[in-house]
Amino acid sequence: MNEGNWDTSTLRERAAERAIERAVFGGELGRRAFLTAVGATTAAAALASVFPMAAAKAIAQDRPGPPEKRDLKIGFIPITCATPIIMAEPMGFYRRQGLNVQVLKASSWAMIRDISINGETDATHMLSPMPLAITLGVGSQSVPYVMPAVENINGQAITLATKHKGIKTAADMKGFKFGVPFDYSMHNFLLRYFLAEGGVDPDRDVQIRAVPPPEMVANLRANNLDGYLAPDPFNQRAVFEEVGFIFMLSKDIWPGHPCCAFAARRELMDKMPNTFQATLNAILDATQYAHDQAHRKEIAAVLAPKNFLNQPVEVVEQVLTGVFPDGLGNTRTVPDRIDFDPFPYHSMAIWILTQMKRWGYLKADVSYRKVAEEVFLATGTARSMRALGQKPPEAPSVKHAFAVGKTRVFDPDKPDDYLKSFTIRRT
Amino acid sequence: MTRDRVQVLCLSVAIGVVFVLAWQAFAGSRPPGKGLPGPLAVGATAWQMLAHPFYDHGPNDKGIGLQLGASLGRLALGYLTASAGAVMLGVILGLSPLLYRAVNPYIQVLKPVSPLAWMPLFLYTIKDSGQSAILVIFMSSLWPTLANTAFGVASIKRDYLNVASILQLSWPRRLVTVILPAAAPAIVAGLRISMGSAWVAIIAAEMLIGGTGIGYFVWNEWNNLALTSVIFAILAIGLVGVLLDAGLARLSRRLAYTE
Repeated sequence: MNEGNWDTSTLRERAAERAIERAVFGGELGRRAFLTAVGATTAAAALASVFPMAAAKAIAQDRPGPPEKRDLKIGFIPITCATPIIMAEPMGFYRRQGLNVQVLKASSWAMIRDISINGETDATHMLSPMPLAITLGVGSQSVPYVMPAVENINGQAITLATKHKGIKTAADMKGFKFGVPFDYSMHNFLLRYFLAEGGVDPDRDVQIRAVPPPEMVANLRANNLDGYLAPDPFNQRAVFEEVGFIFMLSKDIWPGHPCCAFAARRELMDKMPNTFQATLNAILDATQYAHDQAHRKEIAAVLAPKNFLNQPVEVVEQVLTGVFPDGLGNTRTVPDRIDFDPFPYHSMAIWILTQMKRWGYLKADVSYRKVAEEVFLATGTARSMRALGQKPPEAPSVKHAFAVGKTRVFDPDKPDDYLKSFTIRRT
Repeated sequence: MTRDRVQVLCLSVAIGVVFVLAWQAFAGSRPPGKGLPGPLAVGATAWQMLAHPFYDHGPNDKGIGLQLGASLGRLALGYLTASAGAVMLGVILGLSPLLYRAVNPYIQVLKPVSPLAWMPLFLYTIKDSGQSAILVIFMSSLWPTLANTAFGVASIKRDYLNVASILQLSWPRRLVTVILPAAAPAIVAGLRISMGSAWVAIIAAEMLIGGTGIGYFVWNEWNNLALTSVIFAILAIGLVGVLLDAGLARLSRRLAYTE
């Protein structure tokens, strides 16, 4: 059973269903007689036509058992990708689930990984490739992780130093020094993908370094970097500081790509399913709230202070509303510059794994799908979303369309063919 | 005040004034908000921070006083345990030339390692970022005290030890009344160097682990490119360093002796 004890939510749904049936048919005997007469499916359908079954289930679901642990610590890196995780604390989303959460700012991705593995935090903000890499023991000790929710989609950018204003294509970037926040990041994989599709070998023709996001703007100013593919607010901050310009939004490489994630040790889900469910519910609610464009200004004001992002509110607003100066003298309006969508498609995980394989991070042969299903909890999250009255996608795995590249469609059922279609690869 | 001291004071103040004026002239030539902030901007930030040194707005935003307090707490724990250990080991090595020569190569290899290089190892094994930071302090303040103690004990005059033998002093009494007092100036010199390197290391360690402390404060302000706060923090760190050193300097004057 991939999703372990966390199946209590299904049990709870079924229990709610039966309770209602019993109430309608006057006890267990009447219910059984009716079921044998018309069949279970018809019975449920008939019942649903007169009784709001989904709502009743949602009510049952909304109140999972009391959380096994109420006082939680959740780690975050101060970037706009963490919006739902951070805002859920000051805006009361955790409290509404009966949780007392402290969000703790971590200084780097290596540190957020280590304090999460150590158990100093209960759940954590991560880059979506990290739970996969940690589960596989790649670039880390091997600890089983689960990732029940994506935080943001899109929301990253390639920023180049102002002196490179004339640059138009990847091919012009040979010899550049680039920064990415971490090896196991969408930033690294998207930058490599973009460069390679432009005929630039990311290992030979350019240098890509892991640089903590706060250091990126300073490095750009000091000419130590020519550019970076980084999380916001550090792209917009470079524009604000007049040291760089936004060359390309990450959504123009892969529209709707996942970026950051909400993750936890699998142990939390197995040993404290109610706490896990309550935390996830808070995150799902907060993510939906953040998805609404109308709330973005309010959220920017909540996130900007020292306690959280510690950035000028103006910059955070430019990122979240998608109305921003690009550093080339234009004001752009891109409402989906960053968006918030929690659904952890298995196919996203499979793409990430193909890229880990492509660039030599993942040496062993693994079943992409099996790992994807173990870590990205699409099925359970769909159930939780429905219970909260949200509409999850129908399929846990889909084909993804890219805006750049030769093979523009990624088919998660043919990962090996996809991998072979690249000329620049390390495997 | 002697004439000499007045001269030193005047010169010192003059250097400070010239530096601040040059800084202001350099910073003032740029539009405000761009480039290096000037002393006036730093002064304004300092005023603001010193007005509320102990505010506490949750785990990620605390006043400068609380941050310095957290760093000093870590420093005390790491430094005191390291010093106790280093003095004990140093006495043993100082009394036994054979052992000293056998252990010395290991000390020489470990001594030049930046204490921060231990951080990933500590995090992996101890599984606690707070304790790992304290251990970093421990590593950074171990070696100077150890080397100085061993040297100090080894160079105690033979006569003193001989007299102690003739008087048939017990081991603990010999340690407390002869060995430690005789080696005290060397030990305290080691403690001073250790304190300096520990205070240097704690800032860097806190920038790595995050959470609390003046190092985290610098990192958090760096995040926001708030250079006035960073400069203010640099001054605060320097000032606390001077105070710590001054304390040990007083101790060293009290323990000094002439033969």
